[in-house]
Amino acid sequence: MSGCLVDIDNLTIGYYTQRGKLVYVLQGVSLQIKAGDTLGLVGESGCGKSTLGQAMMGYLRSGSQVLGGSVIFADQDMFSLNGRQLESIRGRQIALIPQNAGDALTPTLRVGNQIIEAIELNADISGVAAKERMIELLGQVRLPHPDVMAGRYPHELSGGQQQRVVVAMALAAEPDMLVLDEPTTGLDVTTQAHILNLLRDIVSEMGTAMMYISHDLGVIARVSDRVALMYAGEIVEDADAAEMFASPAHPYARGLLESIPRLALAGIPNSMPGQPPIPGTLPGCSFAPRCPFATDICTTDPPALEAIPGTPHLVRCYHWEDVIATDFSQELQQVFHTISHTTGDEPAIEISEVDISYHRPGLSDRLRGTPEPPATVSDVTLSVQCGETLAMVGESGSGKTTIVRTIAGLLPAKSGRIQFDDFDLTVDVDHRPMEICRNVQLIFQNPDASLNPRQNVAEILDQPLKLYFPEMTRDERRARQIELLERVRLDERYRLRYPGQMSGGEKQRVAIARAFAADPEVVLCDEVTSALDVSVQAAVLDLLADLQKERNTTYIFIAHDLAVVRAIADRVAVLYQGRLCEVGTVDEIYSPPYHPYTETLLGAVLIPDPDYEPKLLASDTPELAPPASGCAFQRRCPYCIGDICEQKTPPWQYTEGEAGHKIRCHIPIEELALLTKGQNHNQVVDLPAEDISPKLFMHSGSDMDASTSEPKAF
Amino acid sequence: MAVATQTVEETTPVKRRSPLAETWENLRRSWAGMLGLTLIVLHILIAATSPYWVPKDPLEMNAEIRTLPPSAEHLFGTDKLGRDVFSRSMLGGRVTLVVTLIAIAIATVWGGLLGIVLGLLNGRTDELIMRVVDALLSIPWLLLLLLIISVMGTKMWVQTLTFGFTYGILAIRVARAATLDFVTSEFVLAARARGERKRTIVLKELLPNVRDVLLVDGSMNWSWMLLAFTSLSFLGFGVTPPTPDWGFMVAKNRDILAIQPWAVFGPVIMLSTLIIGINLFADAFAKAIGLDRSQGAPV
Repeated sequence: MSGCLVDIDNLTIGYYTQRGKLVYVLQGVSLQIKAGDTLGLVGESGCGKSTLGQAMMGYLRSGSQVLGGSVIFADQDMFSLNGRQLESIRGRQIALIPQNAGDALTPTLRVGNQIIEAIELNADISGVAAKERMIELLGQVRLPHPDVMAGRYPHELSGGQQQRVVVAMALAAEPDMLVLDEPTTGLDVTTQAHILNLLRDIVSEMGTAMMYISHDLGVIARVSDRVALMYAGEIVEDADAAEMFASPAHPYARGLLESIPRLALAGIPNSMPGQPPIPGTLPGCSFAPRCPFATDICTTDPPALEAIPGTPHLVRCYHWEDVIATDFSQELQQVFHTISHTTGDEPAIEISEVDISYHRPGLSDRLRGTPEPPATVSDVTLSVQCGETLAMVGESGSGKTTIVRTIAGLLPAKSGRIQFDDFDLTVDVDHRPMEICRNVQLIFQNPDASLNPRQNVAEILDQPLKLYFPEMTRDERRARQIELLERVRLDERYRLRYPGQMSGGEKQRVAIARAFAADPEVVLCDEVTSALDVSVQAAVLDLLADLQKERNTTYIFIAHDLAVVRAIADRVAVLYQGRLCEVGTVDEIYSPPYHPYTETLLGAVLIPDPDYEPKLLASDTPELAPPASGCAFQRRCPYCIGDICEQKTPPWQYTEGEAGHKIRCHIPIEELALLTKGQNHNQVVDLPAEDISPKLFMHSGSDMDASTSEPKAF
Repeated sequence: MAVATQTVEETTPVKRRSPLAETWENLRRSWAGMLGLTLIVLHILIAATSPYWVPKDPLEMNAEIRTLPPSAEHLFGTDKLGRDVFSRSMLGGRVTLVVTLIAIAIATVWGGLLGIVLGLLNGRTDELIMRVVDALLSIPWLLLLLLIISVMGTKMWVQTLTFGFTYGILAIRVARAATLDFVTSEFVLAARARGERKRTIVLKELLPNVRDVLLVDGSMNWSWMLLAFTSLSFLGFGVTPPTPDWGFMVAKNRDILAIQPWAVFGPVIMLSTLIIGINLFADAFAKAIGLDRSQGAPV
């Protein structure tokens, strides 16, 4: 097809298992991308989106093979080219930006030299010119002080900075097409928002076509003009971004969009039942078993990807007319629901003035009297009521996991008290009475890591039962296992499964069942939904809320996703660098007056709406340690008012709310309210660059001297 | 409207096999592994049953039929003292197999468990014991074995315990290194947060994950131990004559290698088939567990 930069026609990719069985990864994928187009490719894990991205570069995972169809890039069939021909296209005309920038950079080479290498290889420039081009590229990706940055090693850069370097390398030869495979997954929200802005600007400046692969619909909405949605190795919908998000025509697209927690809507979103099939295993539509619109024809004949008459909107569904007949925005309002629970009056856990430090002074430190660095977590005072859900939010390094591990007895506190009943939880778990251990349970982020791969579900659930209820007989334990599985909505047949034989959502349910086997009063949830697909996430949130309602359990819930917190929490504590910034009920936290940091976080959250623009307040330059004195957020604060912020720890200020909404800031509450009043999240605030980050903390490595360590914010 | 309490139904039928059963599945598909296993089983069967079916008395000497070449009567010929080499070769592995099999079991159990415990403690005790282990490993193994056996005598139980002790030291290092990969994992952290005792963490959480590595390492060590024991026999510190033994047979008959090579070939073929078998098996076994089952085997 002429006029197209990329023309993927009916591409089918699969591999043979050791037993000679054919497994499809992609099934008849057709996709065209014009020069300068930005296409977002969305789908849940295992839907084949990365395979498609790699196929576009003429790459197949070992063992996979093209079973049909073709990939034409700039009039060349990528799978009929030899190695050298591919080399002349890759990097020059089409470049990949991978997910993990840290892995994509060579740890032993300075980043400047790595970029020069890419320039010399792909852009036919060398010597001084290449060096100049490298500095120019670093400036283009908005890295402060390009000449200083060029001399750094990858480990001396933060995740966001590494990602910028990788983008610079990909841009070396000004390619016609960029393939981005989840480049911001794993970065903090503020960093993500900055990187996405950068990518948007670069793409529109250079007229580069882009295929952006992500599972995150908020990110896709931010960067792409067109969206292709994948399900079980097929494209099920392909439409203009505005169209796709406002009025999705495929039932899966609707389900997916309805399952995303939103800042603007309180409550838990809808969840989708079931899980995707292995591509090519169903005779009809792959989505039919999970589809509320499915009829007989859906289970027998596969639908084709066809245009809605008169539009470029493609959809693979027999019932798209029924789907778009209902107004999506109204439907969205209705699916959000709350599961009410009662909160008791007395506190379940009272944390008072807790300091936690990883620093263990060595002998020489003690002899020399080296001053101790500021504690990782400092002066945290919080109380959690019985039956309440307290969420702790903050970027990576905010100390939320540290606090939770201390409550669990896995880390010692330096000072302070954590009161649980009449017991002080600052004691190591080995020295706690069994009754205390039983009452404080922990659920981890990644069920792949927190379940022993060598134990089946029965053994996994047996462990807390044997430990806390030694009087139980085998049969009693078995009955209890089945009851627990029922409570997390799993069939009793799951008892004999190993973690490797379950999906991510099922594994997390087992991990939840294990925590509830102890019948605890307090459950600590460490990012329990962040490793899960969105369609599964809502179901797990539902489950947690249900379990809380049944037993009046207290949750301490850690999350970096503010929309998830909005969905489940009663109260929120915002942490930065191990220091509390703001504590209040969900409604108080999510409306002004904000702490400047809360406002920064909320401003960076992306929502699945192409018209929405995040509000970037502070720079995304990372801080590795809290400042020695003053406010923790001083170096990134957009409203920093000078010396007082650097020298004096800000006081707690209370708002009128009766539940004790408090903000720790030197700026009076009334002024904070004014600063944020009238600004909705759709406006970008332009701040003078100097104000944004007067003093940023950088690596204190010897290769940097203090005078160069003040990068300007952008 | 939201369906808050839906049941997660089974969408794809999953074969419920234990990790061990899956390892066996993988192993069965490797011809090298199966050949190795066959050789090992064959050797154990020969060792167990040979006294009942060997054609000649292995101890009966006959000066008239010395150093005969192979024939229908004597399959591998006869040795210097006129004894039947075939019968002696069949019987020659009995003591070796018993001693090394028990010794490798002892070594893997004590070395493996101590290694896991040290990996879990990972503190000063660990540091101290590992330095002692390093020191012991720096002594040439043959010297160490000879030293202990010459002091304690060549009784079978002394040899078994000596081998069990020295090879256990090797297992400590392997088990400890394998354990370190898991101590920081979240499932161990979860067990610690529950308040599980160290014993439970070692036996229920760590051992099942380290077990495979220990089994592979143990089977490799078994083949080294066989060589070591045969060497001791060759030097005269192994099996007490006249009990037939491969190492000793080689030692006694190597001067007639030119006249009756089969007196040496017999025991050598037996020993090498066993060692090759063990190596083939250990290799395939390592590959079988290397397929990352925790991520789910390919469908």
